Amino acid sequence: MTLPSLLIQLLNGLTDASSLFLVSAGLSLIFGVTRIVNFAHGSLYMLGLYMAYSLIQLLGRTPLSFWAGVILAAIAVGVVGVVIEMLVLRRIYRAPELFQLLATFAIVLIVKDTTLYIWGSEDLVGPRAPGLTMAFDILGKRLPAYDLLLIVVGPVVLGLVWLLLTHTRWGALVRAATQDREMVGALGVDQAKLFTSVFFVGAALAGLGGALQIPREPANLDLDLSVIADAFVVTVVGGLGSLPGALLAAILIGVAKSLCIGIGTTSILGFEIDFSRLVLVVEFVIMGVVLVLRPYGLLGKPPAVVRAAGSAPPPLTPPRWPTALAWIALLVIAPMISDDYIAALLIDIACFALFAVSLHFIMGPAGMISFGHAAYFGLGAYAGAVLLKRAGLPMEVSFLLAPFIAAAFAVLYGWFCVRLSGVYLAMLTLAFAQITWSIVFQWDSLTSGSNGMVGIWPAAWLSTKSAYYYMTMVCCGLGIAFLWRVLFSPFGFTLRAGRDSPLRAEAIGIDVRGFQWMAFVLAGAMAGLAGVTLAFSKGSISPSAASISQSTDGLVMVLLGGVETLTGPVVGAGLFTWLRDGLARETDYWRAVFGLIILLIVVLFPQGLVGGLKVLLGRWRESRA
Amino acid sequence: MLTRNRLLASVSALLALSFVAPAMAQEPIKLGEINSYKVFAAFLDPYKKGMELAVEETNAAGGVLGRKIEVVSRDDNGNPADAVRAAEELLSREKVAFLIGTFPSNVGLAVADFAKQKKTLFIAGEPLTDKIVWDQGNAYTFRLRPSTYMQTAMLIPDAAKLHKKRWAIVYPNYEYGQSATAAFKKLLKEKQPDVEFVAEQATPLGKIDAGAVVQALADAKPDAIFSSLFGPDLAKFVRAGSERGVFKNMTVFDLLGGEPEYLDPLKDEAPAGWYVTGYPWQDLKTAEHTKFFNAYKAKFHDYPRLGSIVGYSTVMSAVAAIKKAGSLDQEKLVAAMANLSVATPFGPVTFRAVDHQSTMGAFVGRIGVQDGKGVMTDWRFVDGKDALPSDADVRKMRPAN
Repeated sequence: MTLPSLLIQLLNGLTDASSLFLVSAGLSLIFGVTRIVNFAHGSLYMLGLYMAYSLIQLLGRTPLSFWAGVILAAIAVGVVGVVIEMLVLRRIYRAPELFQLLATFAIVLIVKDTTLYIWGSEDLVGPRAPGLTMAFDILGKRLPAYDLLLIVVGPVVLGLVWLLLTHTRWGALVRAATQDREMVGALGVDQAKLFTSVFFVGAALAGLGGALQIPREPANLDLDLSVIADAFVVTVVGGLGSLPGALLAAILIGVAKSLCIGIGTTSILGFEIDFSRLVLVVEFVIMGVVLVLRPYGLLGKPPAVVRAAGSAPPPLTPPRWPTALAWIALLVIAPMISDDYIAALLIDIACFALFAVSLHFIMGPAGMISFGHAAYFGLGAYAGAVLLKRAGLPMEVSFLLAPFIAAAFAVLYGWFCVRLSGVYLAMLTLAFAQITWSIVFQWDSLTSGSNGMVGIWPAAWLSTKSAYYYMTMVCCGLGIAFLWRVLFSPFGFTLRAGRDSPLRAEAIGIDVRGFQWMAFVLAGAMAGLAGVTLAFSKGSISPSAASISQSTDGLVMVLLGGVETLTGPVVGAGLFTWLRDGLARETDYWRAVFGLIILLIVVLFPQGLVGGLKVLLGRWRESRA
Repeated sequence: MLTRNRLLASVSALLALSFVAPAMAQEPIKLGEINSYKVFAAFLDPYKKGMELAVEETNAAGGVLGRKIEVVSRDDNGNPADAVRAAEELLSREKVAFLIGTFPSNVGLAVADFAKQKKTLFIAGEPLTDKIVWDQGNAYTFRLRPSTYMQTAMLIPDAAKLHKKRWAIVYPNYEYGQSATAAFKKLLKEKQPDVEFVAEQATPLGKIDAGAVVQALADAKPDAIFSSLFGPDLAKFVRAGSERGVFKNMTVFDLLGGEPEYLDPLKDEAPAGWYVTGYPWQDLKTAEHTKFFNAYKAKFHDYPRLGSIVGYSTVMSAVAAIKKAGSLDQEKLVAAMANLSVATPFGPVTFRAVDHQSTMGAFVGRIGVQDGKGVMTDWRFVDGKDALPSDADVRKMRPAN
């Protein structure tokens, strides 16, 4: 790369950094005050683009109307944010940690289908910014004026938000709430209003970020999810709640991507390396490295002590034999009285149930949130497939070895992850998952790349649907029973001690990290078992098994059922799989309906479905007593 | 405790009831169709309309084997595992005659392998991957659309004629882009041994960093660019390149750039002069197409996209197969598919016995701008059979089964 090219690529990187920063700023602000992991932030960004497109079309193509359109779109998205906060999130601030994520997941689904309904499926290419369509010559290369403008916008917005935070009463309240929101409440500040206003600003920033992209990016329906991961990465790399950190992280990631593209294919030590192929993973590599070296991001501080909004989660109650036996009996006779499809659906549900239970195992009792649990699910599935097809091992052997391979990766990844806590830990698991995914996605000779592997069918004695069904039930049932049994062993109690009071646990000689690491490995192995069981039932496996959306599905299942109950994840997995399968058949807009159902559950049962039913049952019993 | 058990028991009973609802025997012949409607909405909305038109026309003409046809569609969410479950449901519960559809290559391959396992016919409409009929082809799977290889091969004569020496390549980083790039390099090298490939950019699907990519390509000082970008990536690439003046006096090929799905959103910014494959619906005046076009326009008050053609022709292929087989027996259907001739809006196509690929062709031409809209100019139709490797080569690639 020549010097002028390098300079231009740096400028390109800064343009992207500015865009990344704008989306992340709002996310960081909202998280700082409300502790909500706002999964719908990408949807707000997408809405910003669509609204700007329509507004600019309405207002005409003059510079004034262009900028008016951008600002109005940002405000409109801010209003959408307010509506979301007032209608949904306000009702569940007291729910267990992360439960709000479930609500925002539902909002993603609803916004996506609403957008499709209003704007249609075709990509909408917006106008270029009037008055800024020229390009400047820099060292013989041309750079569009609008891109140069964007480079400035990021720092300017940072400055404005900084002024707002440091020189206004509202800003002082936001900073106070970020540090200690209970105290702010105790001092008589109306938290509801404060949260709503923060949501307005955060959402408007996301909308602005989207609207400003209108000359560079067509409005399309995939933007929400493609942006959200970037925004999380930037926020976390920068340090949660730190806006300068977010800008720094955005610059780091934007420039790194541009350089990967700029370098292109180069030979290093005789190897041809195509750096452009690294673009899809480079931000996660950066996140991994940053989090391992600086556990709270570049400019983040250790989080303020959160006073638990109440006591520690209640102890779990083990399942009762009569109920368990009734379910087992039902599952045994199910394939005899129904068709193959029910068996197929139940196989899916059982695999996802084991997946969700293994996630719950580390999330609930061990207190480690994972955003990247699909890594082990995918690794298990791929391990089975690769051993069968590439190593030529018998199906049974491949199947049995697969969970151990997933566990081996969990040993490696877990060692780094357990050193962190909270959202940072969650994001490090995501980093490892994405790195795994990108390797699976691109290693053609081993994994067949993006196409995935086919022909992964079970051995002859398992080839009928009912045989494989029983085998799935045995494997997943034993897996679930094993994890549950562990939770009620001294090991499980130790995990809980480490979660509820890490200081005291360490003081009495418990190696909290060591136990967490072991729990991580156990959960990884069981997720791997779930993955390989599913792979052999489908006959094929593709990288989506290790993708972000698979991880998210797992989280949603656990939260849907209730993180504070034992059977919640199983019920969540069943309901999730069954609903998604059934709804897609009934209506074209199944995602919106699915989202609405989840929202309804969220609002009615803030403890998750099983938790909610338990509360209801308890109340009913009290009223009878 | 009794109360809890009673509650759980009744919930269980309810669940069990809803699971075992019996499937009713239906009069019409059902075709089980699986697609990623929500993930690839821009292509599959028109596709669905094309299918509906085909069903309507077939039934108006009295159906097939004396029965009406019906398409039962399922959304697979772009996920192979969901697609296989949907296939399972369609076969065992809806009792469909066989399977059609799918869009992304990984879903297409997963359903193809499932069809092989179940010994059920599967007509893949859209997946572009070469593997579905070659490396991983199987006895039960047929594919309608021209593949990545075929579409690339159609562009080669133009590329070779220009005799540009230095080529830069940009492609979406997944199977389709990788195969297109590999095929392009191989085929062009055969025709023009002195060709040099000076830069290669693999961009994440849907997330191209257009400014940086355009700059990197320009820095390699190529004489021409071969791109297999489509959708939002293509729109971003076009705009970033024209803003930076990179496409001025540059020969550019874009594999799917002429398909209305991807060309129309560009409006007046459509990059004039680019070599593309696509579908010039405005100017195509053959009898078959005019008839299809008018019927489509009358029914949906919209013009057809390429997806409409694929959806329509997929259903028509299924109908033709049933007619020729005279039965719904899978082996007879598969036998009927070999050398089956189907009338499509692009003219008759044949499903080749050697590799189960149809000979559907595509239009090759250059992009022009008319009345603020992108169109194809100087186009010609290339028959799919002329863009395929020799039978001997195909046999070498295809596993024996």
